[in-house]
Amino acid sequence: MTHDATTRQDARVSPSTGTSPSVASAATAADESPRLERARARRRGGSVGRSRFLLALYLILMLLPIYWLINMSLQSNSEILGALSFWPREVTFDNYIGIFTDSNWYMGYVNSIAYVSMNMLISISVALPAAYAFSRFKFIGDKHLFFWLLTNLMAPPAVFLLPYFQLYYSVGLFDTHIAVALAHCLFNIPLAVWILEGFMSSVPKEVDETAYIDGYSFPSFFVKIFIPMIRSGIGVTLFFLFMFSWVELLLSRTLTATNAQPIASIMTRTSTASGIDWGTLAAAGVLTILPGIIVVYFVRNHIAKGFALGRT
Amino acid sequence: MTKVQNNRAWLLILPMLVLVAFSAIIPLMTVVNYSVQDVFDANTRFFTGTEWFETMLNDSALQAALLRQFAFSMTILAIEVPLGIGIALLMPKRGWQASAVLILITLPLLIPWNVVGSIWQIFTRGDIGLMGWGIRELGYSYNITRNPVDAWATIILMDVWHWTPLIALLCYSGLRAIPEAYYQAARIDRASRWAVFRYIQLPKLTNVLVIGVLLRFMHSFMIYAEPFVLTGGGPGSSTTFLSQSLTTMAIGQQDLGPSAAFSLIYFLIILLVSWVFYTAIMNMQKDDATGGHRHDA
Repeated sequence: MTHDATTRQDARVSPSTGTSPSVASAATAADESPRLERARARRRGGSVGRSRFLLALYLILMLLPIYWLINMSLQSNSEILGALSFWPREVTFDNYIGIFTDSNWYMGYVNSIAYVSMNMLISISVALPAAYAFSRFKFIGDKHLFFWLLTNLMAPPAVFLLPYFQLYYSVGLFDTHIAVALAHCLFNIPLAVWILEGFMSSVPKEVDETAYIDGYSFPSFFVKIFIPMIRSGIGVTLFFLFMFSWVELLLSRTLTATNAQPIASIMTRTSTASGIDWGTLAAAGVLTILPGIIVVYFVRNHIAKGFALGRT
Repeated sequence: MTKVQNNRAWLLILPMLVLVAFSAIIPLMTVVNYSVQDVFDANTRFFTGTEWFETMLNDSALQAALLRQFAFSMTILAIEVPLGIGIALLMPKRGWQASAVLILITLPLLIPWNVVGSIWQIFTRGDIGLMGWGIRELGYSYNITRNPVDAWATIILMDVWHWTPLIALLCYSGLRAIPEAYYQAARIDRASRWAVFRYIQLPKLTNVLVIGVLLRFMHSFMIYAEPFVLTGGGPGSSTTFLSQSLTTMAIGQQDLGPSAAFSLIYFLIILLVSWVFYTAIMNMQKDDATGGHRHDA
């Protein structure tokens, strides 16, 4: 480590001093430089190749289970159970057609998308002003409040199952989309506030002050200037809100019966007395992946920034 | 940033507070209420004090589930964090390849949790699953419904598959925030690859890693749907984690009092461990920072 430090010291000092030792070292460096440069380039090329290889290996291993799901969704049950085949020999879309023609099935997707969108809308609209308050102002109890918010992220949904059931049943919201959307607010609002606060804190306060001097009122400043400035933060927040609401099963299953049942919960119906309907299960699984792909496609350019939650 | 003292900021917080309080405080109060009572029916209930808490803390099945839970969470953290950092270092930095890799890597995160269970249930079956079939072809009698070791290994593999992308993406975004000048300086110094990682990249990753480790710990501690679908908690109770024990008790057996007490203990453990993690990492960071100063001077 000390050796490291000294070489670094040398490199920093030598160009500025320009005394004889550094001239000498510069001369030798010039002599060797083409050879060294080539060797280094070769080494760099090698390491890039190796890292590409490792990455490709990881991606292939990662995609194998998903490929297998797609593979099975394109086979009939008799082919699935008949013999192991690495690709569908007789491609059939019957499993998908079955899902799209049975309202019990496709309503599951509609229900899921309905409560996820409601949750995203509710969470982002209450989280935006709250995150602004946390990033710009000091007020009584701000730190405690923020910490309390984060503790809600740590609350296991299993803990809230029964109380939620009773709560929503007693207010007459059981088996509605809004019940699930509100229940998911438990972890999605704190998450949204957390992410947005990071993004908002990276916008300098002078922006706010200049806008007020220019005569903007708070609401018009917030909507016309501030929100466009943190566009990518909002995009990423929506991505996270979608993600956690879309993948959650325990609460959405408990709070719904038939009218608002999410697709994830309907999928459990594929196991019947006569065994599991593998083909339909696989097709339904593939269809639950698609909305995620669409969402991630839209936010792909912001994702790298957003995963750092605004602060790096 | 210096913040302005302004108590009217509460007005901005209020809508959020009302909603979160509705979904957090009322249910939590219900749980607390149940945890200290013995409920027979809507009109008959007795105050029991801390009795349920004592019963739960002495319940050997729950103690075993708690130990399993810790073993599981620590194992997946030990695998996912280094693996995630490694993948982030391998990911291309710009161009269409970067976008493509980002989209692909994010995929497992966006699959509903019980579908993740189904995917692995299909994938690991000995007769129709690629992995189950492959391992059997290699001569090992792999069976997750009979052999606890197989079940454990599969659940850990599933979790690594499912969640390593989160760590990788967090680290990737952390790495992207390092100015190119830092790397140039390192090249001038002829710093080794390891030195670049240790003194340039890792310090910049601490913040995102704190977030990553905390999120992963919390979520792995609440894991429910994936093992439930894949193994159903079995064979025996070898893969029954806390959430599943709790759901069985609360919904299956309708034991309101004990399960409420258990809920509160569960919640407190997560809070406590998260706090310990957070403080430990923050202290490490502080030590690192002072160490760095000494080094520079």
